[in-house]
Amino acid sequence: MSKHHLEESVGFSSKTRDYIQRASSTGLYEIRGIGAKRALPSFDDLVFLAGSASRYPLEGYREKCTTKTVLGTRFAKKPIVLDTPITIAGMSFGALSANVKESLGMAATNMGTSTTTGDGGMTPEERNSSKTLVYQCLPSRYGFNPDDVRKADAIELVIGQGAKPGGGGMLLGQKVNARVASMRTLPQGVDQRSACRHPDWTGPDDLAIKVAELRELTDWEKPIYIKIGATRVYHDVKLAVHAGADVIVVDGMQGGTAATQTVFIEHIGIPTLAALRQAVEALEDMDMIGTVQLIVSGGIRSGADVAKALAMGADAVAIGQGAMISLGCNNDTYIKDGAHHSAEADYAALDTKAGFCHHCHTGKCPTGVATQDPILEQRIEPKVGAKRVTNYLKTLTMELTTVARACGKSNVHHLEREDLVCLTLESAAMAKLPLAGTSWIPGVTEAK
Amino acid sequence: MESLDLEQMSVRDINQYLHNTLPETNVTELEIVNPTGEHNIAVGINTECSLDVRGHAGYYLGGMNKKANITVHGNAGNGVAENMMSGSVHVKGFASAAAGASGHGGTLVIDGDTGLRCGISMKGIDIVVGGSIGNFSGFMAQAGRMVICGDAGEGLADSLYEAVFYVKGTIKSLGADAQLESMTDADHKAVQELLDFAGFEHDPKEFKRVASAKQLYNWNADADQEY
Repeated sequence: MSKHHLEESVGFSSKTRDYIQRASSTGLYEIRGIGAKRALPSFDDLVFLAGSASRYPLEGYREKCTTKTVLGTRFAKKPIVLDTPITIAGMSFGALSANVKESLGMAATNMGTSTTTGDGGMTPEERNSSKTLVYQCLPSRYGFNPDDVRKADAIELVIGQGAKPGGGGMLLGQKVNARVASMRTLPQGVDQRSACRHPDWTGPDDLAIKVAELRELTDWEKPIYIKIGATRVYHDVKLAVHAGADVIVVDGMQGGTAATQTVFIEHIGIPTLAALRQAVEALEDMDMIGTVQLIVSGGIRSGADVAKALAMGADAVAIGQGAMISLGCNNDTYIKDGAHHSAEADYAALDTKAGFCHHCHTGKCPTGVATQDPILEQRIEPKVGAKRVTNYLKTLTMELTTVARACGKSNVHHLEREDLVCLTLESAAMAKLPLAGTSWIPGVTEAK
Repeated sequence: MESLDLEQMSVRDINQYLHNTLPETNVTELEIVNPTGEHNIAVGINTECSLDVRGHAGYYLGGMNKKANITVHGNAGNGVAENMMSGSVHVKGFASAAAGASGHGGTLVIDGDTGLRCGISMKGIDIVVGGSIGNFSGFMAQAGRMVICGDAGEGLADSLYEAVFYVKGTIKSLGADAQLESMTDADHKAVQELLDFAGFEHDPKEFKRVASAKQLYNWNADADQEY
């Protein structure tokens, strides 16, 4: 048979046919972990215009370049002061093991940055290991209590998540062991739905009163963050500012999840790049730049991503999946007793391979990251995990500062939009930055 | 009795007093006068005391309360006693939406009716309502008990987990996975105890029990519906 007889349909590719066959077999939508796998406009589509004749670069390795980051200066009596603008995003104990949460806390402390709780509440391991801990108040309120609010350094009121805006969350029963169940006041082994909306407020005016309640509870000491999943970002950021947020966290659609419907992960929300630009515009229009800080998350992987986010107007970034991969997610080995051990058989048991795994929802994580299994969770030793995440964050911070120096900045927060251009029309339109080699910003300026 | 006047002090001043000064004193009985519907009154108390709020309160009265016994001599706004951990809140009038939302413990008593979503996401709190409750009450309720001496609105106890509801009047409709169940002696005893606490006189035998059918407890990811 000649090759032209084997042309595959683009619309009904093997991937699409697999989806239809699976749906026909089960009558159920797919639930999985990790984030969007499709190609999206991203920070990869941006490049820096470093110093040359018209701009004066700093020496790349040694000249001072400040990374100090202060969050929560609007109303909180005790803003958070970090040594780097790279923070650890909210991820739940339940989705992740106690060892992993401890590792993240230790790494954040090593780097002088913050880490964040997740659905299910705060564990003592996480609190004790984290110098600066942000405590999430989520729609489910699983494990949420005033004692832990008082122990926290900041409160993050979560309205949505980039991987699943409007969708709430789910922790399937296989990950709900006795400890997780107890923290969430539910029976062991029962699926735990995280509601898609908060129980005690329903709109922006209510939200303002809710924020005020949290401020009263904390005697106006702790910064209040509001986290939104990226959809109508411009308006949502304005409403969050109106509600009294000190800090706004915008999570783009490349953000990860431990379990949600694939249709949410791939088809709801907007890319981080577009979300960040809209958020900055909203703050500019309200004259809130420098008053309300902006954290962006959702697919931040490298120091280059961090630098681009800061140049576009973010004050800090939050990293989730990157930290998980640093710990061993989707690696073909795990580290135990000072040696690497193959995890291939465990991937095979899930009918997947290292690099392709998105089975966080099963609780059978081959490298022990997203699990509550008593054997698998031992595959992350807190000190080893902390060392790896520390190294990762250190590398990102080094990359960030070297890019900033190349652009002539002695402070990473001095990176600016003028330092960036785009490689594609889509990214130029979304970021409202010029296409490289031109002064054309699609939708803003006319092509010349 | 220590008297705090919301015409003379701000909500901030009063909450600061309740959080920081009260534990250092021997004061065990307080009142707040002239509340005039202010929001966030007596949020986050963490001290044993008896507090009377003499008038109407706005949103989140007694929010995240721990240990205190609070009485509102009036109506309460949205989210009264939300996320309460222990102690009690007694509203002598009516309560708005989301009364007792996500409460972990303690007892909330409302003499009158409540609005929508009463006891939403409750996690161990007991709620006794002298009147009727609004639609979608008890949504995703995880633990605790609610006694409703009047009627229940649409979608009672939708997607609930382990919480139990006792209704004397009519139920407009049950939510997903909620079902009527037979009352046992233990249920009669529980209802009587909660009625006694609230100071209401009803016959526990006139109440119906609503609990979870537990059909939504586990997602069947391995379902094979091909044949």
